[in-house]
Amino acid sequence: MITTVKSYFKSLVLLELFKGLGVTGRYLFARKFTVQYPEEKAPVSPRFRGLHALRRYPNGEERCISCKLCEAVCPALAITIEAEPRADGSRRTTKYEIDLFKCIYCGFCEESCPVDSIVLSRVYEYCMEENNERIIGKTRLLELGDKHEAQLAADRAEQAKYR
Amino acid sequence: MSYEKFIFYIFAALLVYSASMVIVRRNPVHSALFLVFAFFNSAVLWMLLEAEFLAITLVLVYVGAVMVLFLFVIMMLDIELAAIKAGFVRYMGVGALIALAMLVELAMVVGPAHFGLDKYAKPAATPANALPNTEAIGEQLYTVYLYPFEIAAVILLVGIVAAIGLTLRRRPEKKTQNITEQVRVKRADRVRLVKMDAER
Amino acid sequence: MEAIVNLWNSFSQDWPALALLILTLLKIVVIMLPLMVLVAYFTYAERKIIGYMQVRIGPNRVGFFGRHAFGLGQPLADAFKLMFKEILIPTKANRVLFIIAPMLTLGPALAAWAVFPFGDGMALADINAGLLYLLAMTSVGVYGVIVAGWASNSKYALLGAMRSAAQIVSYEIAMGFALVGVLVAAGSLNLGEIVRAQSGSLLHWYWLPLLPLFMIYFISGVAETNRAPFDVAEGESEIVAGFHIDYSGMTFAAFFLAEYANMILVSALTALMFMGGWLSPFQGTFLESFFAWVPGFVWLVMKTFFFMYLFLWFRATFPRYRYDQIMRLGWKVFIPITIVWILVVGLAVVYQLPWWFD
Repeated sequence: MITTVKSYFKSLVLLELFKGLGVTGRYLFARKFTVQYPEEKAPVSPRFRGLHALRRYPNGEERCISCKLCEAVCPALAITIEAEPRADGSRRTTKYEIDLFKCIYCGFCEESCPVDSIVLSRVYEYCMEENNERIIGKTRLLELGDKHEAQLAADRAEQAKYR
Repeated sequence: MSYEKFIFYIFAALLVYSASMVIVRRNPVHSALFLVFAFFNSAVLWMLLEAEFLAITLVLVYVGAVMVLFLFVIMMLDIELAAIKAGFVRYMGVGALIALAMLVELAMVVGPAHFGLDKYAKPAATPANALPNTEAIGEQLYTVYLYPFEIAAVILLVGIVAAIGLTLRRRPEKKTQNITEQVRVKRADRVRLVKMDAER
Repeated sequence: MEAIVNLWNSFSQDWPALALLILTLLKIVVIMLPLMVLVAYFTYAERKIIGYMQVRIGPNRVGFFGRHAFGLGQPLADAFKLMFKEILIPTKANRVLFIIAPMLTLGPALAAWAVFPFGDGMALADINAGLLYLLAMTSVGVYGVIVAGWASNSKYALLGAMRSAAQIVSYEIAMGFALVGVLVAAGSLNLGEIVRAQSGSLLHWYWLPLLPLFMIYFISGVAETNRAPFDVAEGESEIVAGFHIDYSGMTFAAFFLAEYANMILVSALTALMFMGGWLSPFQGTFLESFFAWVPGFVWLVMKTFFFMYLFLWFRATFPRYRYDQIMRLGWKVFIPITIVWILVVGLAVVYQLPWWFD
């Protein structure tokens, strides 16, 4: 009896509702954590899997030996490789294309690469205006690798102890 | 033509137009909406007669409540125009006869004898210290017409209760949610905390 | 300046009816323009305040002259976007009613302001049956929703319209009863009279003697405007967007304007009927003369803003009601409580309960 009256009274004075209002009222003045994107950027992990790149050895020779392990492991079939012997007799790719729309950024290609050639860089700000831009070829990948080599090497070196 | 007459003729014409549209339109939703429009126009006419209480009540009750529910029902019906038109020719003769009879009866009851300004005395001008419309009606209702008013109210109440009583069926096999019970439920009714030793 | 006044005086003597018409139209513009600006910035305030309550910061990019200015340009940008968007009409829709519906929603929401007193005697039409007129106008607003839902010829829109119609009609009763309590207490249907009857002090305002009616009126107002937590008419998780699902561009904007104008109206009416309208909160205390320079209009606006803020606060706090519970709340909780309290108020008025009704 008493509990019934009590519960009726509680619901009539809207006790629970005022409690809820109190919570939101408190959060109105809470500190906001929104990152103002173009001006501010959230920190990126060294393990971040962004845009792809092909690396070179310090002497300028491209690392890729055209073993096609990445092509084989790619779950989204985003990588297409064609290979031929070069003039000096070493096996090199003539075509190394990645379809960015197919790619799911799983990082398996990087894991499978025996010579640390194909890597996923920290770059995440890229966009395209034409449909054919989604396929990036060997030259572009090597360019990207050259551009971010310092960062890529540092990240690999830091992560080496966990592998 | 004075300003008032001008307003009167505009809204009277609109009223007649929308009232005839109510019966002419094939689509019942259009008819209902024209009826709403007719109510608005007659409210304006009453407003011109300085019967603002009646005018606003017409909008409030008929437009705001009755017609909303009416539309509500009409919209849920699936109206087949072909089925409506099917019996038209068959019933037209009888229908026309009844309509004619009603017209004659109306003419006999209302009659031309009741029309014309010369038949009636001009209404007296409202005294300057008269009560506002609403208060005047309220005073009349609660003094002179108290018993009829209360009896009408009781009849309406009985009507509401009867309508609910006639349609309310409690079927034991029907599974419905009891909201009061749901709202009243407490943590203790649903959760039982059991203390037990950890398995090894 | 004087020349203009003289010109106007001679003009109003020659054409009294035309002068009255022009003057009334001017007054309407004076009421409508600030209202529309308020509606625009109410949407901004909503996004900002709800954002803050959800530990976000809300719109903060669109500003003026290359400055961010806390995103104050956002409502203007939204308005321009909506104005220039195409108005799509579904092929199977009822074209005429489809276009009329937004007007039917917006019209009553704006027409209701005609009797609203912004200060002592500062109403466009100071009519005796002001309260009745308001009730009539708010009840007419439902037509826009119903007609929109039906004319769209879409099942989601029709479902939304049905929900909205049933809900508005149900809560109108509770709302009307709450207002009956107010008019019994004030003894008048004139909105100005109702405010004047509350004068005395902060404790003389009707929120205290009519506390249950005050709460029921405001909650019914939230339900009547189809706002969270009663926004099942939109119910985006079940029926996408409810009655305005097929609307775009300016027709959609009209629904939006009407919704916010209605919210402002309900807030302003609550301030008027339960919080003493334009009366100063310091009336009857030693601070009264200290704040005498503040015009009554400012107090009214402040009280209205408080209730407008409550609308947003509710939306940020409460989860949506289940539909059968909305109906239960309206019919089985609010209506009985209002009827009982009308009886209490009636007795208090008859026996002239000291302090409030003596």
